[in-house]
Amino acid sequence: MNDQSHKWIGKRTIRPDGADKVTGRAAYAADATMPGMVWGKVLRSPHPHAVIKSIDTSKAEALPGVKAVATAADFVDFPVDTPVPLGIQDMRWMSRNMLAKEKVLFHGHPIAAVAATSEEIAAEACALIEVDYDVLPFAIEIDDALAKDAPILHDFIEFEGRKSNIAGTLEHKLGDVEAGFAEADVIVERSFTTKPVHQGYIETHACVVSVAPDDRTTIWSSSQGQFMVRAMTAYLTGIPQSHIKAIPAEIGGGFGGKTIVYLEPVATILSKKSGRPVKMVMTREEVMRATGPTSGSKSTVKIGAKKDGTIVAGQGTFYLQAGCLPGSPIRGAAGCAFAPYDIKNVHSFGYDVVSNRSKVAAYRAPGAPIGAFAVECVLDEVAEKLGMDPLKLRLKNAAKEGTKAAHGPTFPRIGYAETVEEALNSTHYKTPLTGKYQGRGVASGFWFNAGGESSAQVNITEDGNVVVTTGHPDIGGSRASIANITAELLGIDYDQVSVQIGDTATIGYSNLTGGSRVLFASAMVVTESTEQVIEQLKGRAAKIWGIDPSQVVWENGEARPMGEHSANFPSMSLEELAAKANATGGPIGAGSQSNTVGAEGGFATHVCDVEVDVDLGIVRVIRYTCFQDVGRAIHPSYVEGQLQGGMAQGIGWALNEEYIYDKNGRVDNPGFLDYRMPVCSDLPMLDCGIIEIPNPKHPQGVRGVGEVPLVPGPAAVRNAVYDALGIRIDDLPLSPPSVLAAIDANSRQAAE
Amino acid sequence: MSDIRYLAPQTLDDAVAQYAAAAGAARILAGGTDLLVQMRSGLKKPSTIVDVKKIPELTAIEETADGGFRVGAAVAGAVLEEHPTFGKVWPGVLEGLNLIGSTQIQGRASMGGNLCNGSPAGDSVPALVAAGAVATIAGPDGTRELKVEDVPAGPGKTNLKPGEILVSFTFPARPKGSSDAYLRMIPRTEMDIAVVGVGVSLTLENGTCTAARVGLGAVAPTVLLVHGAAEAIIGTKLDDAAIEKAAAACSAACNPIDDKRGTIAYRTKVAGVLFKRTLAIAAERAGRA
Amino acid sequence: MAKIHVSTTINGEPTEFLCDPADTVLDTLRDTLGLTGSKEGCGSGDCGACSITIDGRLVCSCLVLAAEADGHEIETIEGMAGSDHLHPLQRKFLETAALQCGICTPGFLMAAKSLLEKNPDPTETEVRYWLAGNLCRCTGYDKIVRAVMETAAEMREGAR
Repeated sequence: MNDQSHKWIGKRTIRPDGADKVTGRAAYAADATMPGMVWGKVLRSPHPHAVIKSIDTSKAEALPGVKAVATAADFVDFPVDTPVPLGIQDMRWMSRNMLAKEKVLFHGHPIAAVAATSEEIAAEACALIEVDYDVLPFAIEIDDALAKDAPILHDFIEFEGRKSNIAGTLEHKLGDVEAGFAEADVIVERSFTTKPVHQGYIETHACVVSVAPDDRTTIWSSSQGQFMVRAMTAYLTGIPQSHIKAIPAEIGGGFGGKTIVYLEPVATILSKKSGRPVKMVMTREEVMRATGPTSGSKSTVKIGAKKDGTIVAGQGTFYLQAGCLPGSPIRGAAGCAFAPYDIKNVHSFGYDVVSNRSKVAAYRAPGAPIGAFAVECVLDEVAEKLGMDPLKLRLKNAAKEGTKAAHGPTFPRIGYAETVEEALNSTHYKTPLTGKYQGRGVASGFWFNAGGESSAQVNITEDGNVVVTTGHPDIGGSRASIANITAELLGIDYDQVSVQIGDTATIGYSNLTGGSRVLFASAMVVTESTEQVIEQLKGRAAKIWGIDPSQVVWENGEARPMGEHSANFPSMSLEELAAKANATGGPIGAGSQSNTVGAEGGFATHVCDVEVDVDLGIVRVIRYTCFQDVGRAIHPSYVEGQLQGGMAQGIGWALNEEYIYDKNGRVDNPGFLDYRMPVCSDLPMLDCGIIEIPNPKHPQGVRGVGEVPLVPGPAAVRNAVYDALGIRIDDLPLSPPSVLAAIDANSRQAAE
Repeated sequence: MSDIRYLAPQTLDDAVAQYAAAAGAARILAGGTDLLVQMRSGLKKPSTIVDVKKIPELTAIEETADGGFRVGAAVAGAVLEEHPTFGKVWPGVLEGLNLIGSTQIQGRASMGGNLCNGSPAGDSVPALVAAGAVATIAGPDGTRELKVEDVPAGPGKTNLKPGEILVSFTFPARPKGSSDAYLRMIPRTEMDIAVVGVGVSLTLENGTCTAARVGLGAVAPTVLLVHGAAEAIIGTKLDDAAIEKAAAACSAACNPIDDKRGTIAYRTKVAGVLFKRTLAIAAERAGRA
Repeated sequence: MAKIHVSTTINGEPTEFLCDPADTVLDTLRDTLGLTGSKEGCGSGDCGACSITIDGRLVCSCLVLAAEADGHEIETIEGMAGSDHLHPLQRKFLETAALQCGICTPGFLMAAKSLLEKNPDPTETEVRYWLAGNLCRCTGYDKIVRAVMETAAEMREGAR
């Protein structure tokens, strides 16, 4: 936004934590140590599915150097018939994911943990734990889990009156789809599959936990929420929240995957039992085998449109893998899939399917890319059948203010249509492709975004600077944006503001860094706090001047007398007021806590160009642009960063990322060598079309930006491959063997 | 604490003696880019590690009296790349070596390590086979020579006898009009293991191919020397029919597996495609050599 | 077997340490010497977060045995900035927001520094391939590549 009235909002400032991060000083969880610290390691299941008949830890306990051994028996029991919800999680499943209880449910499922004086001894001790298993048949893929004679993971799950691996469903209905399809001139229906993909954060999960003899517990860990860590650790260990101080270490990437705990409660119990601080760091292999990827999926989407391009009905069925315990993001898939469009008749249905894989965790707009993949690919074909430009089809049907979405809300002012218009008018879209096997694809996407609980404290230091404390781990530069807002509101220099992430003992409850909520929510509480501070500053000046506070204005970082007093007193700076703080009433500062609302949804439209090596089946992305309504770009560089990161992840999901299982039910590619995330030479520059339609419900106009940019990616790439080859491939990833097989099948078909 | 011994002998004789004495679970450490990964994953548990990088014969790059080269088995890719003439004469061998892993891996990985790791997908091996390079091997019974294609015995296995150490590779002198090339297929642009790798070395006289060798990687338990492909182009002017015949020979030579990196059908087809592309590069270079 | 005594130079400082024969340079830097700027993302040479130089050569410190470092010179991220100024690459990474979570940043900086020492005027393609062994999941590499190219241009300008 070319809003010249702002001094800091919209400026590309240097992040407050920057120098630490480029010099190696920034302290991530695995960088922490404590005197007397021992190391924890986890014993993991060698089977994808088995009943645990007994666990004998005596040999491990006898090994010299071993300080403690823990199993599920050391933790709070959560019976399967009593739900214990915490946010979108349920402690029944969280406890069993952390340490297997009755059964092991996937290869790599934790069974027990050991703390010892070295990692090597801890690993050796794990190998000495004797587990007696009753090995069961297993199901990995959705079709295996839904087969008539499928092994049932959980006896307590029933669907339609029978024991089942369908753990839940979700339905959105709007209008009458049958009537809608009856009106349609063109109907396209297709089925799709996507593979589970991992968040791929470069920092593996890690923590250091110290439990004192009185149970006072300190946790340093890498997570997307220190309060989540505190709450889950309290639930699972029985230690009250007031006794737990969870300190957010710098976090080396999360993308949703660090919104739950794997290690912290285990290290807590090991520390409690051993009397020593315990450090646990996962290996990359452990991360790939046993932390949540997002769901693999199977979906069918049917869309009907009239000759003029009006979409009259949309129907989608989405089966999502939950992993071994219930809880796949069907809401994101079924809820977001049709949301960019004003469709009168929608029926969207999601199934939550358990199988013998690691439990899924949130991944950037959880479920939404799966829904969008199916819908956006079908729309591409609808546009072709109508002879319409695919962007113009989207524009014609774009959701706008007043549109009733199938998942519930009626949209306020949103910027979806603008993303499509910008794409249509872009140089990228207007530049013709030049190569024979080049192609261009487009796709759009939606994410709910989120508000929720946040707390902030704004304090004026004795020397007249500002310390802002919030409660959300900063993954992508949010401290810089908060500093921009604070400096703007106070009218002071950016460098006068320091932004800290408080631990659970120093700042009020703040929900996760997730849902694209951090800047939306923390800006609200920081704004409220700063406004209170400004009122205090005005009051202090009034006191010094002996005038009524209503006669003081705060401008450009100074208190100034107004009206009749305007000429009587020289204005006072923050520094001068801070110096006189004790004489005028004590320390200056204010806090605010709120359950924020008004985080309206975010939309993006992507344009992707690819080139295909048709002899090898290799797809390369050669140009890519993301057009997104970001509300207000408080720090444009970090907004672009979110968009670019999302684009890269979408390209990875589309082309080469996938979980590959061997015939024994084990992940066959548990490392960065064969889990193929995009490397630097795989990608072109990633262009950003930032559109700013300020969120009317936010003081700075902020909308969440972090998650939407992943949503359209897989479909945009797939539609570009269709444009290049004339072949619609409906199964991800578009890896070379599968693309070449599709090309060969197509030429055989053409020859016949 | 581990009970591993780390030894870093200064001479080849000491290395042979120490390696032979340690027997069984001793491992040679060159660049370590495979060994350390295998140790960490628990795949290999050596009792003794013999670091050979302090031994002159294993780290030298020499031009031989007859105009060829001798390259130490532990010479890192980044080091060989900086050699003033090797890459001009053997660009394909160098690009094979330089495709192993990242820039960081290049600082360590060597042809000797790549060959002795025994992977059929080792990137430096097809070009070494095509080059007709000969491996010099030292052991308790003295020194012997083995053609590179005879070194691998199967995935993870070599024909080196217990106690033997791979010392160096000898490359023959090149007649005028000779060059080579290496290409591999990987899903990404970098950082992957070859799904198929092809090395081609040839000599052109007035446009006629007078000598050729073709090495094919990742399509069989060991890297293959594809005689049929070479025979199809020797004596020709690399016309389309000859190239097609040679490419077909490459595909026919394949005996691959289905795995996480590629399917049998994919590898078989790609072997022919990649051969043609590699041949074109090698021929273009030979035309200028 | 007893621990091995190793004498090295780290960031210009003569440094001695004892290591287990199986310890890597990364283990020693992080756990023995407290130099935690080098990160472990994979332990298998696939992510580059542990990049350092040994005798000026860029390597993954997770794939070098600590015992091998004897007699060699090591440079880590902790040695990149001067006492009162950042290296131009570090400054440019901050100015252009070429980092988000920052876990891969030390490795990228070490790799980029090594590139510019060897090639002061790299093309975008050269930058991308040189850095292909450094994984970043946050940025999509766009701002990193730009930062390296812009730094190279500034350093060339400064060298004139």
